[in-house]
Amino acid sequence: HSTSEIIILKAAEFKKTKIDYTGTEPSSPCNKCLNVSWDSTPPCTCTINFTLEHAFESNVFMYYGLSNFYQNHRRYVKSRDDSQLNGDNSSLLNPSKECEPYRTNEDKPIAPCGAIANSMFNDTLELYRIDNDTRTPITLIKKGIAWWTDKNVKFRNPTGDGNNLTALFQGTTKPVNWPKPVYMLDSEPDNNGFINEDFIVWMRTAALPTFRKLYRLIERKNNFQPTLQAGKYSLDIAYNYPVHSFDGRKRMILSTISWMGGKNPFLGIAYITVGSICFFLGVVLLFIHHKYGNRNTSADIPN
Amino acid sequence: MDRKLRCQDSGFWGCLAAVTEVLGCIEVTGCCVIEEERRVRANAREYNEKFQYASNCIKTSKYNIVTFLPVNLFEQFQEVANTYFLFLLILQLIPQISSLSWFTTIVPLVLVLTITAVKDATDDYFRHKSDNQVNNRQSQVLIGGVLRQEQWMNVRVGDIIKLENNQFVAADLLLLSSSEPHGLCYIETAELDGETNMKVRQAIPVTAELGDTSQLACFDGEVICEPPNNKLDKFGGTLYWKDNKYPLSNQNMLLRGCVLRNTEWCFGLVIFAGPDTKLMQNSGRTKFKRTSIDRLMNTLVLWIFGFLVCMGVILAIGNAIWEHEVGVCFQIYLPWDEGVHSAFFSGFLSFWSYIIILNTVVPISLYVSVEVIRLGHSYFINWDKKMYCAKRRTPAEARTTTLNEELGQVEYIFSDKTGTLTQNIMVFSKCSVNGHSYGDVQDMLGHKAELGERPEPVDFSFNPLADPRFQFWDPSLLEAVKLGDLHVHEFFRLLSLCHTVMSEEKSEGELLYKAQSPDEGALVTAARNFGFVFRSRTPKTITVQELGQAITYQLLAILDFNNIRKRMSVIVRSPEGKIRLYCKGADTILLERLHPLNQELTSITTDHLNEYAGEGLRTLVLAYRDLEESYYKDWSERLHRAGSVPEAREDHLARLYDEVEHDMMLLGATAIEDKLQQGVPETIAILTLANIKIWVLTGDKQETAVNIGYSCKMLTDDMTEVFVVTGHTVLEVREELRKAREKMMDASRSVCNGFSYQEKLSSNLTSVLEAIAGEYALVINGHSLAHALEADMEVEFLETACACKAVICCRVTPLQKAQVVELVKKYKKAVTLAIGDGANDVSMIKTAHIGVGISGQEGIQAVLASDYSFSQFKFLQRLLLVHGRWSYLRMCKFLCYFFYKNFAFTMVHFWFGFFCGFSAQTVYDQYFITLYNIVYTSLPVLAMGVFDQDVPEQRSMEYPKLYEPGQLNLLFNKREFFICIAQGIYTSILMFFIPYGVFADATRDDGAQLADYQSFAVTVATSLVIVVSVQIGLDTGFWTAINHFFIWGSLAAYFTILFTMHSDGLFRMFPNQFRFVGNAQNTLAQPTVWLTIALTAVVCIVPVVAFRFLKLDLKPELSDTVRYTQLVRKKQKTQHRCMRHAGRAGSRRSGYAFSHQEGFGELIMSGKNMRLSSLALSSFAPRPSASWIDTLRKKKGGEGSSAGSPSGAADKTLRV
Repeated sequence: HSTSEIIILKAAEFKKTKIDYTGTEPSSPCNKCLNVSWDSTPPCTCTINFTLEHAFESNVFMYYGLSNFYQNHRRYVKSRDDSQLNGDNSSLLNPSKECEPYRTNEDKPIAPCGAIANSMFNDTLELYRIDNDTRTPITLIKKGIAWWTDKNVKFRNPTGDGNNLTALFQGTTKPVNWPKPVYMLDSEPDNNGFINEDFIVWMRTAALPTFRKLYRLIERKNNFQPTLQAGKYSLDIAYNYPVHSFDGRKRMILSTISWMGGKNPFLGIAYITVGSICFFLGVVLLFIHHKYGNRNTSADIPN
Repeated sequence: MDRKLRCQDSGFWGCLAAVTEVLGCIEVTGCCVIEEERRVRANAREYNEKFQYASNCIKTSKYNIVTFLPVNLFEQFQEVANTYFLFLLILQLIPQISSLSWFTTIVPLVLVLTITAVKDATDDYFRHKSDNQVNNRQSQVLIGGVLRQEQWMNVRVGDIIKLENNQFVAADLLLLSSSEPHGLCYIETAELDGETNMKVRQAIPVTAELGDTSQLACFDGEVICEPPNNKLDKFGGTLYWKDNKYPLSNQNMLLRGCVLRNTEWCFGLVIFAGPDTKLMQNSGRTKFKRTSIDRLMNTLVLWIFGFLVCMGVILAIGNAIWEHEVGVCFQIYLPWDEGVHSAFFSGFLSFWSYIIILNTVVPISLYVSVEVIRLGHSYFINWDKKMYCAKRRTPAEARTTTLNEELGQVEYIFSDKTGTLTQNIMVFSKCSVNGHSYGDVQDMLGHKAELGERPEPVDFSFNPLADPRFQFWDPSLLEAVKLGDLHVHEFFRLLSLCHTVMSEEKSEGELLYKAQSPDEGALVTAARNFGFVFRSRTPKTITVQELGQAITYQLLAILDFNNIRKRMSVIVRSPEGKIRLYCKGADTILLERLHPLNQELTSITTDHLNEYAGEGLRTLVLAYRDLEESYYKDWSERLHRAGSVPEAREDHLARLYDEVEHDMMLLGATAIEDKLQQGVPETIAILTLANIKIWVLTGDKQETAVNIGYSCKMLTDDMTEVFVVTGHTVLEVREELRKAREKMMDASRSVCNGFSYQEKLSSNLTSVLEAIAGEYALVINGHSLAHALEADMEVEFLETACACKAVICCRVTPLQKAQVVELVKKYKKAVTLAIGDGANDVSMIKTAHIGVGISGQEGIQAVLASDYSFSQFKFLQRLLLVHGRWSYLRMCKFLCYFFYKNFAFTMVHFWFGFFCGFSAQTVYDQYFITLYNIVYTSLPVLAMGVFDQDVPEQRSMEYPKLYEPGQLNLLFNKREFFICIAQGIYTSILMFFIPYGVFADATRDDGAQLADYQSFAVTVATSLVIVVSVQIGLDTGFWTAINHFFIWGSLAAYFTILFTMHSDGLFRMFPNQFRFVGNAQNTLAQPTVWLTIALTAVVCIVPVVAFRFLKLDLKPELSDTVRYTQLVRKKQKTQHRCMRHAGRAGSRRSGYAFSHQEGFGELIMSGKNMRLSSLALSSFAPRPSASWIDTLRKKKGGEGSSAGSPSGAADKTLRV
């Protein structure tokens, strides 16, 4: 039982805030962006204000969540070329057939190819703390959100002369839905191209149609101040990612975590339930065994 | 090696020919017309070649090196399962529907095909070997007037071949001539029909004279005869030679498989060769036997297949709806495949995709695993030291490896008698002479000794002619002989004179008796050892060495044995000139024919007879009568006259015989023990306790069979009644069966009252007869059986027979044996086992579900046709109660677990389908799917299937009731199947939804999402492997080191392979094949994941444990109780009790128990079967000094009745 209690107690310490910014309700500020398309320029932006009741003491993790989005669909899952993503030059120019129909565009190979890459989440979220009408931007860290193995083993930029990504991706074209090519995802060279962490996170497909993915980290600055104080905040959204057509939902989540991950009430409840059932069962069986169990002696054996 | 050399010598074509020779026979498939008659001309190969008859080469093998691969693959793909997987493989190659990589199917498929192919290849290799061995046997063929050694396979139709004594006959031959007079020759047909007695064959007179090779080389007769067929006892043909026609019958034929005996040589003309021989025509292709579990398994696999299609349809409909509702809109991120324009079509494709990923519910490895387990069980049988017969050096052998679990379900055993229950050894065991009974085994104090504590046997060393193998335990009989008791002397004189045994004296004093039946042999041998040595006979004389003195009796007549008379007599004239009739026969017949003076003696002897019969001995009564010279003359004249009148000759003879065998003086009685095989009564008792019904089917006589029934405790005196059906007509048989049933019902009516009885009678015959009270037995004769097996009576017969505790069918033909088995199989739906040793049991062995052959005997036909063979009937209890029971238990546990684990594994995909848009996305990594069945979970369950046991072997013998679950098919049936399926589905639900619940909202400890597809896959796979491993641990009842090794090894292998597959190295080599890189270490480092796995395992396992615990407490199986008792006993360290010995009471049963044929008396009197050498023997004088008898006589004061000096004996010898 102790484990489950710990899980419950720990779960109680978690702080979590969820903001749905899909904009399906007419009252929502993002309602205007509901029917946005991929190539709308300039991007539709909207702002959602919210209040944190409690302060977030430790490091805060910022997620985006999607619902009704089938990242686990068979055709979707297989629509990628890991060889290309691993920096293989021949696959770069000749992507796997699995990437169809996002394999080539106008006779140029797409890098990164496939439906997963093509549908990469591209809303931009910014967080501001509103303190007496002044908007203080909160520093969002975009590195360190992907698995180490993904960033260092699985995903690698193509190799060649020099480090100029533009040159290395020469001869390829951007995914159809993307506004800009893969080598322009970020300004920092160790977060650009295939090793862009937002991209890596997206490429690690979700198991279930409702999922969230880590977007940014908010680190606790010093020991005297909580990471996020209680109070008013606003979320600025560059709304680029259409989900309304398939009844999708988009969320922004802020959460803290502990040694065993984020808030997870299911596990705790399950442990308590199963534990009590086992205990009860044990008592019943012991009783039955005591009452009936001694019946079978050798005298019962017919011959 | 020498073949290779020949290859080098003779160039390419020669080499090719040699290779073909090695590979097998060159098949002659020339004539497509069905042969209507066969023409064979002797010594004319060119002429005979026109007809393209089959050569003498036999081929039982299926493949050769070239044809092996295609033929074997073709055969394997005729198996539905294999074709199914091939079909799946093809499906997987279609990119639109391929939901799994092709290797997930091809790896197991290739594995399965390879294992089967290797097994087939080994089997065929051994067939080649045995073919080669037979084909390369040597025989002497007359070619161009010279005898040449040739291999059997080179013998052609029309060749004349020479056979020597004790050689196998190479082909079906027409006997031309032999070393014996009149062209006679003796053969043993044990391989053909199982009869061990010798048979006589005779050449037709014209060819019998062709004694030497030059004459035979000129022989150019032509035989026109029937085409090849499988009738062993029929042959029809004609020999055309020198413008004459000679009819041919079976009497002139020597069939392949026979052995030449007591004939120095003979010549034969090959009529049928190789595959055309009657032997080969009879050994039809062995029917492939399947066990009931096999059939059930096939049904279940079909059901599962139906279930698979249902799931496919559900998911396909789901897919169509999803694509119609959601997928259409989701096209902005995931457009439909090219060529897919409607949701409906997408659903159609998804159906096939789901068939592919859900195919693991019909696991291909099932069949292979089952085969492997059975093979393991077969080796256990082969290696069982307790089924090894040291005396004959024969281990038990599982010749078929596919029937083991059926051994645990046997309900009916059909047993042959001779050679199976009995040793076919007759032992002179007891006798009653002049009211004094001899033969009881006595200990030092003169009390009757118990079995097993025998004192020294009687010492026969005084008699140089004694048979050293003969043993007798009562010294008083020999005392009586030595003391010169006249009755005893006369008793043994009768035994040495009244018989049809032939003697052979290879060298001085080395006598060999050739008895037609083992009974007679035993009696004559007994007389021999007690000093009345039958030495030789001519058609007119019998020479007996009586206590060292050779006396020749003139043989006046043999009143031969037949079934009606049940006795035989000889009339001899002693050297003194007295004529005496000696008679031996069944007590029922003989006691009526005694002189009234014998009354007192008769009553004493009758007591003795009762006592003997009560011990299951075969009794005979001996009597003599002195005949007046004048009476004999008159009688023999009448006999002669009767013999020459052709019409009603038999009747006349019978009347005359009857007349002379009258007013006889009783000498005594003999008791012969038909020696049972070791442990037969005990085995039958235990098997009966195990609720197995034993039927004895024997070619023997009713009396013999019933006698054996008593001695092996199948029949007991406690039985309410033994019904004997001997009717000759349909009506009689029906009446007898009806009466038997009525009697049984009467008895049961008194138990259950009339009302319910009447009701039952009208409703069903069976139910009444099943409720019979009391023990009954049924004995039915062959000719009655023929009627009883007719279509309109067979059910009646079967119901009557099944209501009886014991059934004995006597005088049955091999075909009837098979029919009886077939009958039970057909109506009783029970597993049958047939056990026998001779070729006459082959049909029964092949018909029954399980055929057992007794090995280590002369004939090997039964063994060759059998599925299991061992050398002692008593091993049957071990085979069934230990091996069979375990095999059944193991197979059932194996199947339950196997279906469980595959459902648990596969159904997860089904649940996942609802969350992935029914897109046929797999839950697991494709490598996991490939390896799950063949690596991660195969070995532990195999180890359980091979080694598991619920109770130790001694207990299954001790509590035969433990056998019952198998007969009732309790451990694996449709109900059990559904339970395992339900458990599997339950597990799969938890396996999916617990991780689903956890992952829906969880993050890792570094903040990243936990719910990515790959982590989910690893979590589910890991918990699945752990749960099924725990489950196998729970199912394993008997832990060996191998079980531990396999279970822990499988878990270790899982994690090793998991980490290897997810390692950087492999990914760097094949990035597209090993996409899960880094996943294992990332996921399995998460405490949440482990908590999930633990939770899943507990929730899956706890209900099972609780259920089993409850069952053990509330409704324990017998095996549970036995195991529990075992535990208690181990603590108390008490000794287990012994098996009780059934006591027995005597009752009057007797029979003339010769397995005897009529007609030998005539043969002897005609002298046809006498060899010249043996005729000469009549003038053979015994050794001049028989010192032992002199010393004996000196001791006893010369009171012996047989006067005269040893030298005088020779003078008295009658010359022919």
